[in-house]
Formats: sequence, structure tokens, C-alpha cells
Amino acid sequence: MNPFSSGTRLRDMIRAIRACKTAAEERAVVRKESAAIRAAVGESDNEYRHRNLAKLMFIHMLGYPTHFGQMECLKLIAASGFPEKRIGYLGLMLLLDERQEVLMLVTNSLKQDLNHSNQYIVGLALCALGNICSAEMARDLAPEVERLLQFRDPNVRKKAALCSIRIIKKVPDLAENFMNPAASLLKEKHHGVLLTGLQLCTDLCKVSEEALEYFRKKCTESVVKALKDVANSPYAPEYDISGITDPFLHIRLLRFLRILGHGDADASDCMNDILAQVATKTESNKNAGNAILYECVETIMSIEDNSGLRVLAINILGRFLSNRDNNIRYVALNMLMRAITVDAQAVQRHRATILECVKDSDASIRKRALELLYLLVNESNVKSLTKELIEHLEVSEQEFKGDLTAKICSIIEKFSTEKIWYIDQMLKVLSEAGNFVKDEVWHALIVVISNASNLHGYTVRSLYKAVQTSGEQESLVRVAVWCIGEYGEMLVNSTGMLDIEDPITVTESDAVDVIEISLKNHTSDLTTRAMCLIALLKLSSRFPACSQRIKDIVVQNKGSLVLELQQRSIEFNSIIEKHQNIRSLLVERMPVLDEATYSGRRAGSLSATIPISNGAAINLPNGVAKPTAAPLVDLLDLSLDDAPAPSSSGSGFLHDLLGVDLSPAPSQSGTSQAQKSGTDVLLDLLSIGTPPAQSSSFSSDILSTSQDNTTSSGNLQRLSSPSMPSTQISSAAGGSPIMDLLDGFAPNPATSDANGPVYPSVVAFESSSLKILFNFSKPPGNPQTTTIQATFTNKSPNTFTDFIFQAAVPKFLQLHLDPASSNTLPESGNGSITQDMRVTNSQHGKKSLVMRIRISYKVDSKDILEEGQINNFPRGL
Amino acid sequence: MIRFILLQNRQGKTRLAKYYIPLEESEKHKVEFEFRTHKVIYRRYAGLFFSLCVDITDNELAYLESIHLFVEILDHFFSNVCELDLVFNFHKVYLILDEFILAGELQETSKRAIIERMGELEKLE
Repeated sequence: MNPFSSGTRLRDMIRAIRACKTAAEERAVVRKESAAIRAAVGESDNEYRHRNLAKLMFIHMLGYPTHFGQMECLKLIAASGFPEKRIGYLGLMLLLDERQEVLMLVTNSLKQDLNHSNQYIVGLALCALGNICSAEMARDLAPEVERLLQFRDPNVRKKAALCSIRIIKKVPDLAENFMNPAASLLKEKHHGVLLTGLQLCTDLCKVSEEALEYFRKKCTESVVKALKDVANSPYAPEYDISGITDPFLHIRLLRFLRILGHGDADASDCMNDILAQVATKTESNKNAGNAILYECVETIMSIEDNSGLRVLAINILGRFLSNRDNNIRYVALNMLMRAITVDAQAVQRHRATILECVKDSDASIRKRALELLYLLVNESNVKSLTKELIEHLEVSEQEFKGDLTAKICSIIEKFSTEKIWYIDQMLKVLSEAGNFVKDEVWHALIVVISNASNLHGYTVRSLYKAVQTSGEQESLVRVAVWCIGEYGEMLVNSTGMLDIEDPITVTESDAVDVIEISLKNHTSDLTTRAMCLIALLKLSSRFPACSQRIKDIVVQNKGSLVLELQQRSIEFNSIIEKHQNIRSLLVERMPVLDEATYSGRRAGSLSATIPISNGAAINLPNGVAKPTAAPLVDLLDLSLDDAPAPSSSGSGFLHDLLGVDLSPAPSQSGTSQAQKSGTDVLLDLLSIGTPPAQSSSFSSDILSTSQDNTTSSGNLQRLSSPSMPSTQISSAAGGSPIMDLLDGFAPNPATSDANGPVYPSVVAFESSSLKILFNFSKPPGNPQTTTIQATFTNKSPNTFTDFIFQAAVPKFLQLHLDPASSNTLPESGNGSITQDMRVTNSQHGKKSLVMRIRISYKVDSKDILEEGQINNFPRGL
Repeated sequence: MIRFILLQNRQGKTRLAKYYIPLEESEKHKVEFEFRTHKVIYRRYAGLFFSLCVDITDNELAYLESIHLFVEILDHFFSNVCELDLVFNFHKVYLILDEFILAGELQETSKRAIIERMGELEKLE
């Protein structure tokens, strides 16, 4: 009768399939077999049904469709013999799952088999039910299973226990019926029954609070005793695994104790002794023993507080860390990660071992260990840990360097207390793994260097030395190039020598060498090369003796295919050649970069679109410096020294460094500030401006012409130095430097008409919700007065009500504000408000207009306030 | 609990697959190391990989040990098991597995008990 011994067909089919050399051949064989089975199904062939199903199961395992065999399973289950039923149930479990409708048809057969007189058939039915039953079947058959929990044969009892788990997971309401029989399973001596009984109790506790209370009260002591028994049991060959009797039972008992002890001091107290015994007595040289220890540690960590046990547990994990088995080290790291929240101090004691794991040969262990170590860093250990990690960076594998570098940088930034330490560590990281460092990191480093005025010399010398040996690390090269450009003379003169430094001799030519090599290095990218060019320009002024050589290097890039480099080199060449008199002014040191602003930008905490936010000033591209949350007194008191603070942004940072503003020459015939303003433009061109009022370009579009920004800050600068002797500059010099500078590329300056000039409209203010446009006109014969028509447009989808516009001007201006056309601003630009104002400039021709504005309105009865400063008025108003 | 158990050879051919939770057909053919929110514990014996997908909070070391116990049972049952035994007697392997694991939980930890039980079942064929 046995289909597998009598007939050879299943064997034949497997052989035929194995003999196939290509996937196509295999498909052909399977197709043929499937067709034959289909035909047999159609003819209701009883004799070969179970053999066919066995073949179908094999085909199913290979991944071919077998749904047509599902009904055959049901037929076999309904047959009377054990072999048929066996294959039927096997097929049922493999070919179907709880989601198939067909499954309902089997409920009746299952019910009969659960009540069958043959305990093996009962076993088959329990097994199938346990593996695939649906919620409906669970309800229908729960009474049968519950009864079988008391069956005389332990094989049936253990199957019934596991089957009950499935039932209560599907229908948690049934949990209460299983509590009593489950509790009685815990008294069993048979390991299989005790094991499955424990699992059933564990799952009952998960679905029912009532069950948890019940077991906690009734069973805690007996479970503790069971654990004692198995832990102290003499050698039992049947259950022995590497010297330990039934580790699986140990683990189940410990797991159940964990649930009983969690959140209950009495139950936790009851199990303290046995947990301590297991934790100390279990052999830890084999995996089985470690599995028990692992479970024991988990239990100790989750039950109610017992600090003695916790230290014991964490020490076990510490021992795991030096185990030879990768798996054990890995799980120990995972558990320590969780243990930090419970007892960080105890975990700290194993720091040295964790550090060793960072150097492990296994990638996943390294990764885990690094994450864990990162959590362990604090003020007291940061220096030694950083040192160790950086040392490891030298020998670590390439693919690990990225992770490692990111973590080290993060640690340095987070815990640095002194600038010199920060700079030293960063230089080490950059020298070892500069290519793995993210842009923000070296940007931040430059900000820090720029702020550490007493360390400029030290830093530039260290960088010079570092770049000699690690010239292949691009971010190191960038920082070095930037610093040599800024502080080149400190490198050569050994200015600000610290005691810890060894004196080095660097000539001007050596310094230029470094830049030249970086510029010509074929691996350097555009950013590095552009930075090199700027550094060269700066050095041309700092090292007059090398000026000619620098010019030659710069000129070589005149033909560069990269527009940016080409343009820079032409401009810089022109500066070196023709503008000796202003060059030193141009290439003065960068003003100190504002750390707070930079870190704020990095954190992304500032958004230019938020109407009111706390933080530093933001420069909008339209030239409105927007002091956020500025008090009203500020608004009204536009004092001359109250220029917008210089700001540098994360995204715009690089552009700040490269400083690109292609401003068309301002046309101001006959004005005495012409050349001065020309210089301003040049300063901006390089963005190395000296004036504190310098607002660097926020725009990320390097080719954008942001005339407004540059000219207006020039104005502000002039505002702050009104005593500028006007005789100093001839009007003829006005536009010419720029013309020269751009070698004729500049757009033609607009010609101004003194009689009736036409002024372009400007976007005076723009936020995410509001746009303000200014139109200008001048009444004939009164050049000091300007009429401004402001047009307000609402960009948001909400209507603004109670709209009020306020403006304030400095003392040399007079402002008259007419009433607005309306105080309601419809949503989405569906209409606008206009308001006229007249400004009289008492210093017409000397000073330009500036204005502070404040706009208040209500959206959904919520008050909104926006403020700004308008610097981008056209010249000559 | 065990979500599924897979037995594959080095070419990736499945020799045994048992799912204790329903999965989509397409999901059955891809196994990642971190399968959804679970973890896969695997152990290699010669050319065969035994993989268990278990809950994230489960004890990996214990499941490693249970894989080994399962292999010992197979080895004992087929006396020096090889891949071909498992191919031609796949239905018996399933039978052994059903005596070892049920509803995603360990059912019996005694090798002898399972081998004896298999003997009794064989007699019924």
C-alpha cells in the first residue's frame, strides 16, 4: 500500500526532474507530470491519489502552481486509512493555508479525526490544526483540543498544548477556557509536555491579563521549583546537550519566569535565588550554556529591580564579548545596547572590551560595537575613546571607514570642549579618511578654525604638514587650501607659535607649491580647484614675491573647459594684473564665520519660510534681511550701526567661500561714491568682504545676479561712514574697474537720466505667504521725493484679514504713508492691496533708501507678524 | 515563535519549506536577513543551509541549538544523512519536522522520543 515503496513513480519523477540540465527542461517535465495528475484528478483515481499528491507536493516545493490538487487533500483526509490521511494532512499543510475558503470543508473531517480512536490519527489532526487553523475553525474545534490536553498519551497532550496556542492567538476570547488545563500541564514531569505547557501558559499571559494574574499567583513557585529541578538534575542522556540537561526547557522556564516577574515585586523576589544560581553555575564554554545564560540575563533585566543580579547579568554579557563565537559576541552587543537604559554604569565597565569588538573581523559585530560605543561616550572618556577610534581608523577596512569616520566626527563635534582638541582630532580624521568625511563636517571645521583666532597659525602649519603626507584625502586638501589662502603669511612667518609645536621652515614658494599641486591633481574636483584659485588670489597679495608665479598658474586655467574655473581665472588674472591698488583690500581675511548661525543652519532648525521664528537673521534672496522676532523698538530705531549681521548658510557656505556675485556695474554718473561702490562690488565678487554689514549671497545659483544684495550692503557701509571724503574718488573711475575686470563681459551699465529717470519695480519682500512689490515714481522737479506704490499679494491659500503694513526709515528720510486700499487680502493672489507712500531723502545723491517694514494680519483669527528690512531700492532715489 | 523554516542547498534550491504563518507566494521566494520585523537564524551544514525566521525578541542561540538538534535527528533517522536522502524522502522530513516543531514552537527536545515516534508511524504505513 505504501505509495513510496511499492510504486516507483514518485522516485522516477524526482529523478527525471533532477536529470534536467536546463530550467526549460525542468519546466517541460513538470508540465507533463502536472497534466497527468490533473487527468487523474478528473477521473477520481483513488488508487494513485496519495502518490499523485506526494508528487504535487514536490512540484509545489519547486515553486510551480499546484492549486488544482487542493481538493485531493480533502478527499485523502476523508479516507479511512492512516497512510492516505497522512499524505492528505501533509498536503493540506503545504498546499493550503488559513486564507483559503476550501479549508472550511475540512473542519468536519478534523473534528472526526480529533475524536478518532487511533491516537496517531488524532496526532495528525492536531498537527494540521495547529499549523493552519483559521479563527472559525478555532472556535469550532476548541472544545476537542481542550479535552485532548488531558489525553492519556503525552504525545497527544503536547500537540494539543501547541494547538491551543494557535487557537488562543486566533481567538483570544477562548483563553479563559484554557487556563486551568494549561496550569495542570506545568506539573508534568514529561519534558515535551512541560515544554509545550510552558509555552501555552506564556502565550496565554500575552493575550489575557487575567491569565497572567492567575499563573502568577498559582504557578510562580512551581515554575521556580521546576527550574531548580532541571538545573540541578543529574546527567540525563536523553536530554543532554553538551553537558546540560535540556537547555530548551531551561530557556522556556526562564522565559515564563520573565513574564511572571515583570512588574511584580513578590514574584521577582521569589525567583531571585534560582536566577542567581543559573547565572553563576551554568557552563559557558558551549553554545547551549550560553543560550541559557542569554535567556537568564534577559529575565534578570526585565524583572523587578535587583541591582546585584543586574551587575551579575551585565558581567555575563561582558564575558560574552570575549567569546570566540561570533554569534555570542553579536547577541551580547545587542543586549548591552538595551542594558544601557537600565544600568549605564555597569555597561561602562566593559568599554574596553566593546572597543575591542569595534576591531572585530566580522562586519556586523563591528557595526554593532561602534553603535554601542557611541552611546557610551561621555565627557570623561571622550578623549581616550576618540584616540583609540582614530588609531583604529588607520587599520580598519575600507568599507567600515565611512561608518567609523561619521561616528568619530559626530563624537568630536558633540563632546569637544577646547578648540585645539577639536581641530587636532579633525585633522587626524581628515588625514586618515578625509575622503569619507561628509561636506558638513569640513565646513564646520572651517567655521571653528575661523573662530579660533589664536590657533590660526598653529592650524595652518598642522594642515601644511598633514597635506604633505595625506594629499590624497580631498577634504583635508580643501581645508588646507582654504587655510593657506587665509593664513598663508602665518605659515611662512611662524606666527603664533604654540609651545607644543616643532618649528618648521616654509617658504612662500613652498606654500604656493601645495596649492599648485592640489590644483593640478587630476583627482581634484571642481570645488577643490575653485578653492585653489581663490587661495592663489589671496596669496598673490600676501606673498608679493610670488605674484608673478601665481599669475602664471592662474592663467593656465584660462582655457579650462569648466566655465566656473575659466571665468574665475580670467577675473583673478585681471585683478592681479591691473588692480594692484585694490588687491590687498579685496583679499583681506574672511570675517569670522558665525558659529551659531552655521550650526543652526546645519540643524535645519531655521527656515526662511516661517513667518516668525527665533534665531539668527536670515537673508532672503530678494535682499531683505529679515531679523526674526525683532522687537518693535528695533523696527522703529533704524540706527546707522544696526546693519544686518553677516550670515553664512549651510548650503550657501561654499558659495560664501567661493563668493560668486556677478553684479552689473552700478551706474551713478557724478556720484562721489562710485568707486567705493565699485570696490564693494568687487569685494562681493570675492565674498571676502571686510564690512561687517556684508551680507553674503544666499542664493545657491552661482550665476544669479543679485545686485540688490551687494549694492545695498555697500550703501549700508556708506551709511556707517558718512564722513568718507568725496574728493578721494574721481567720477571717471566709477564703472571702469568692473568693466576691466570682466574684460568686457559685463552687461552695459544702464544709462541714467537725470531729468525723468525710470526706476525698475522691485520685489521688496517675499515670504512663503506674502509678496510685496514696490513701484517707484518721482514727481518732476523734486528729486528728493519718491512716490512708492506698494502692492501686496497673498501667496497662501488662506485669506488675510486685518492686514496692516507699517514702515520705518532712518532719520535722514521722511516717510508719509497713505491709507491702504483695503485691509483684507484674498487668498492665492486673487487680488491685491495697494498702498502709496512718499519718501523724502534729505541726503539725496549721497545715501540710498532703506526701510524696515512690519506686516501684521490674521489668518483664521490667528495673529501673524512678518518683518523685514528692505535694502534693494534702486540707486538714486 | 518560528515564522518559517527553510532548508536550501548552496545553489538556492529549496529542499524543505514550512510556513507557520501565511505568506504571499511572491514573499516565499525572497528571504532577507532581516525579514520584515523578524530575524533569520541560519546555520550551514556542508552544502545545506537551515534557516529559521523567528521573532525579533527570540533567543538566537537557542534556535541555533534547535537547528543542530534537528540535524542530529535527521542524521540519526537516515543514518548519515545527505542531501539526496532529503530530496527523495522529503515527505518523511516533513513528518519528522511535524514531530519536532508544531505551530511554530518546539514540541519535543528528546532525540530518542522523536526517533521512536517515527518508528511507530513507519509501522502504520
